[in-house]
Amino acid sequence: MTTTYTYSLPIGPIHPALKEPIRVVAEVEGERVVRADVKRGFAHRGIEFMGMKRNAIQTLYLSERICGICSISHPYAFVKAVENAIGMEAPPRAQYIRTIIAELERIHSHILWLGVIAHEMGFDPLLYWTWKGREMVMDLLEYLTGNRVNYAMYMIGGVRRDLNEKKIRAIKENMNYYRQFNQEMKDVFMSDPTYKARTRRVSLLTRKDALELCAVGPTARAAGLRMDIRQDQPYDAYADMDVRAVVPQDITGEVMGDAYDVTLVRLYEIDQSIEIIERCLEDLPPGPILAEPNLIKLLMTIKRSEGEGVGRHEAPRGEVMHYVRFDGTRDGPVAWKVKAPSYNNINIWGRVLVGAEIADIPIAVGYIDPCMCCNDRVAEVRRGGRELPYEEVRRKCREKTMRIKREVMG
Amino acid sequence: MPTKMMMVLIKQMFRKPYTNRFPVKYAPKDVTGLIQKVLRGEVKIHPPVPVPEDFRGKLAYDPERCIGCKMCIRVCPANAMEFIPETRKIRHYVARCMFCALCVDVCPGKKLPGEEAPVKALKMSEEFLIADYDKYSKNLVEE
Repeated sequence: MTTTYTYSLPIGPIHPALKEPIRVVAEVEGERVVRADVKRGFAHRGIEFMGMKRNAIQTLYLSERICGICSISHPYAFVKAVENAIGMEAPPRAQYIRTIIAELERIHSHILWLGVIAHEMGFDPLLYWTWKGREMVMDLLEYLTGNRVNYAMYMIGGVRRDLNEKKIRAIKENMNYYRQFNQEMKDVFMSDPTYKARTRRVSLLTRKDALELCAVGPTARAAGLRMDIRQDQPYDAYADMDVRAVVPQDITGEVMGDAYDVTLVRLYEIDQSIEIIERCLEDLPPGPILAEPNLIKLLMTIKRSEGEGVGRHEAPRGEVMHYVRFDGTRDGPVAWKVKAPSYNNINIWGRVLVGAEIADIPIAVGYIDPCMCCNDRVAEVRRGGRELPYEEVRRKCREKTMRIKREVMG
Repeated sequence: MPTKMMMVLIKQMFRKPYTNRFPVKYAPKDVTGLIQKVLRGEVKIHPPVPVPEDFRGKLAYDPERCIGCKMCIRVCPANAMEFIPETRKIRHYVARCMFCALCVDVCPGKKLPGEEAPVKALKMSEEFLIADYDKYSKNLVEE
């Protein structure tokens, strides 16, 4: 008679294979994972609490620092939320510039992911090659906004820097480069038999699972769901662009919901972004770029206004949502809630890791492009045993005082 | 079987490196000696990469133009500014600064006699080599 043992394989929170702290505990039987659990909350920094003590403009720049890679997704959702709450709308030119910057960021984020997944698989030269291509858009963003990351570009009611003729020409040249580079990337990733064998049927996510676990972004689209905030609830210049969600059934005709489909979705989304940017540049309307150029007046408006607002943006990884509330007493939010796409997407690990091989764990973990610092909004500390109520603590404290008093006084 | 990936990567081997070049090709044994040689003009180094226009470097502060309105302190997300009540000027700690240039946007500036428009007291310079051992060193505190 044989007995099978399962071993528990802990990965993280601090692990050389992980770039950010998260803990995945996989229970393995031989080479197969039979159960997987995710523990998060290691990168909690209390940003929302910090934001509730600052004014809205300071909080906007704090929100830019929630994520290390998408420097515009969180500010975008935050400015939409604040504009929603105080009833302000950005001028058309600012809306178009916002869309251009957001799409440029999607390009760099998707190329980053392609490099990371190639690295996880062992194609390190491919990582360097894709990131070589990413450098162009980083340089362009630095040229447009003055910084490679943390662009400091958005402002409540508009953007802070305008595009001039020279900058528009630079974007156009860059888009021509990316059209060609993306074609090369498609050839490389889609024609390579090893890549296909390594990603097909790995970390399968069915349409039903994606719906049940509330997957968002490219992960959900790879499972065949036509969902995209830019299509479902268009905002800013996306309303004029008629964006359609990129799903694998439109590209190859079948939906598998595996890592290969995610690659397809991301590659074709880069094309879509290039198209959107070029259309934005064509239709770029003239006019002001800020609804309220005087920042002190803007703060006064916020201080006077009461109400709550929700802002949603389709970040490269999926939907990001911000909620703010103003109560008319201070110039900053009294409540601020951030929901990042990785928060939804990490949930699917528990499902897709079951049945996978140990060697497939990095791909399953990497294919949703997780961002721990985005998703950790609450830290839960579980102690063993029962909780000690504060009254008990206070009683103990007083008892100790009395005891010491007796000892000292004799 | 040669794949497209192999072709792309092999082609890349014969291209010139994409990254910015180091000042010299190999790490020198003696950096100070190298710097002196460069100063004497004996060794040529690859020039540094120029910063883009609108680059946000270290904040340059001109106390002459400051009117003490405290607007920069109100918007600064990093609390890098401090008001000095005696002189009614600000003190700026570069070590805390996060280079967003909001203070430059709000600064009203001051019009000196004989000038048409006010000139801002704050502006972003192109200086970016500001690493230091001490965050309160003379280079990192402006007033």
